[in-house]
Amino acid sequence: MSEFRNMKELYIEEFKKFESSLNGESSAPVHKLRKEAIANFSGLDFPDTKNEEWKYTSIAPLLKYNFKPSYEKKNIAKENLEKFLFDRHEYNLLVFVNGHFDEKLSSVKNLPGGVIAGSLTTAIRENSPVIKEHFGKYADHKNQIFTALSTAYVKDGAFVYVPDGKIAEDPIHILFLTDTGSEQILSQPRNLFVVGKNSVVTIIEHYSAVTPGIYFTNAVTEIFAGENSAVDHIKLQEESKKAFHIARMEVDQERASNFSSHAISLGAELSRNDYNTRFNNEGGECTLNGLFLLEGSQHFDVHTLIDHAKPHCSSHEHYKGILDDKSRGVFNGKVIVRKDAQKTNAFQENNNIILSDEALVNTKPQLEIFADDVKCSHGATIGQLDKDSMFYLKSRGISEEAARTILIHAFASDVILSIKVKAVKDYIEEILSKRFNN
Amino acid sequence: MLLEIKNLHANIEGREILKGIDLKVNSGEVHAIMGPNGSGKSTLAQVLAGREEYKVTQGEVFYNGKNLLELAPEDRAREGLFLAFQYPVEIPGVSNTNLLKTALNEIRKYNGLEELDAMEFLALIKQKMKLVDLDQSLLSRSVNEGFSGGEKKRNEIFQMAVLEPKLSILDETDSGLDIDALRIVANGVNKLKSKDNATIVVTHYQRLLNYIIPDFVHVLYNGKIVKSGGKKLALELEEKGYDWVKEEKEYA
Repeated sequence: MSEFRNMKELYIEEFKKFESSLNGESSAPVHKLRKEAIANFSGLDFPDTKNEEWKYTSIAPLLKYNFKPSYEKKNIAKENLEKFLFDRHEYNLLVFVNGHFDEKLSSVKNLPGGVIAGSLTTAIRENSPVIKEHFGKYADHKNQIFTALSTAYVKDGAFVYVPDGKIAEDPIHILFLTDTGSEQILSQPRNLFVVGKNSVVTIIEHYSAVTPGIYFTNAVTEIFAGENSAVDHIKLQEESKKAFHIARMEVDQERASNFSSHAISLGAELSRNDYNTRFNNEGGECTLNGLFLLEGSQHFDVHTLIDHAKPHCSSHEHYKGILDDKSRGVFNGKVIVRKDAQKTNAFQENNNIILSDEALVNTKPQLEIFADDVKCSHGATIGQLDKDSMFYLKSRGISEEAARTILIHAFASDVILSIKVKAVKDYIEEILSKRFNN
Repeated sequence: MLLEIKNLHANIEGREILKGIDLKVNSGEVHAIMGPNGSGKSTLAQVLAGREEYKVTQGEVFYNGKNLLELAPEDRAREGLFLAFQYPVEIPGVSNTNLLKTALNEIRKYNGLEELDAMEFLALIKQKMKLVDLDQSLLSRSVNEGFSGGEKKRNEIFQMAVLEPKLSILDETDSGLDIDALRIVANGVNKLKSKDNATIVVTHYQRLLNYIIPDFVHVLYNGKIVKSGGKKLALELEEKGYDWVKEEKEYA
């Protein structure tokens, strides 16, 4: 084992090695961005709990490791994929192993002409004008240290481009697998989804591990939803229970676009998620739904920001948490309604169920309203399984365990039912049943 | 004997509600338990169903040859005891069908019977729904959520019809019902009556007893059964009010 290094120093120094691994790609315009980002990274500090945005989430456990950036592709057998697929005739599948695109495991079967679903590396190499126009534009690498780290080391990730007027019927399933082996690795998928005018697409980001190891996923996803487009985004995070998962999703919504996010979080020892959406023009709709299921000593943190920058937009946010053992959940939902964003509708809710005496939730809705003709509401609840409901079910002959399962399912059901892809819904239902039926 | 209650005492949060109840119920009988508000009627129903918040401090209850108080609530149900709740619980996200199918199959499994498959189950519930004139659309809806008062009570009787208990306890099933709903509920109960099962009707009002004819009427007052008789007792109570019993009790 090599000597333990301070995480910041490690990644600053490692950057040279990364550059040389790029094999001449360092002449691409993206490389200028990388260099800017590593400079920003050097000037920033990792947040501690004195930072208001990180008050309840300490990343100290993450900083104890020297996660090695993964430069090499790693081959995994096709059989390993089976259990991560939602149904047998998988739609369009992109597979990434340790952050690198695996063409052999991927297959894009059914997309309309002109739609691209592939690797970011290819898009960068081919000098795609879409990259030039959108890449790095929405995720802030100046102030956010993890985004700076992602941008500095940007290499691969999923790239989806739907040109104007295209309707992709079948979802695009993107599987990010980590295979740790003996090393503790850092994998940094960097995703860009650009959806043109009047287009429709469903994208599933799915994070998991081949073996349950210790690793660090630092994922950044940028989404551009063009005018009158409909983008349905599902994120299923079932990382190893020992892993660290830091993720940022930045969404830019154009006029009358409809964006919905369904974030299901099951894995990782420590996860922090920043999901931000911004209405850039009128008539937009945004749904942010989420479910987090925690046990053991898992720590989950979601910070969302919905920026109502323009009038006549609606946002609906609903997060639900189910916490067992000594787990901890953090929900921070911020909604900004700017001065000229009249006729805004913004609804937010966070409900949590605590199954043990030691689990803990911190929930904080934050509404900042500067317009005067708006409809906004928010609410938060933390409770236990309802005793009356438990007794009612038992009085009908249903066992204590089955009654618990039924009520937990019922609690989670509205978030799960809002997922439109049936195969994904069934997959999540099955995970829930297994978790609570032992 | 199906049910025998001997000197039952029970309290909640240290407050004694039942102060020595004695009651015997045989198969084929209908018993009415009447009494003013706060006399302990609902507590008795809840204690028999196994509500954990109530502590039994004295007495015994035998049901079908078993010590009822030693059974978990779900096992009481599996042994054929059914409580129609005074306030049926709303459970968002759990469909009526899901609840009933799980319940029925757990009860069947406990009794060594094979579980019903989806087709058999559907055939059964369609037949039972007719008994209480329940709209089919309520089946796929969440348990009691958004149901009217009458629909909730009819749903209780519908569950009873599907689960086919040996002993049914109807806790104020009549309260808040209009005359049509009352008739439907009573009609359902009457059709389910047989020589092999028994019903305990807990009610404040005599009205329901015009439709469900009891073999025995008991008056519960201040945690004790103070008077028992035939169906005429109910009419007498209707005429004279509960004060008559209270006074009699206090002077005794």
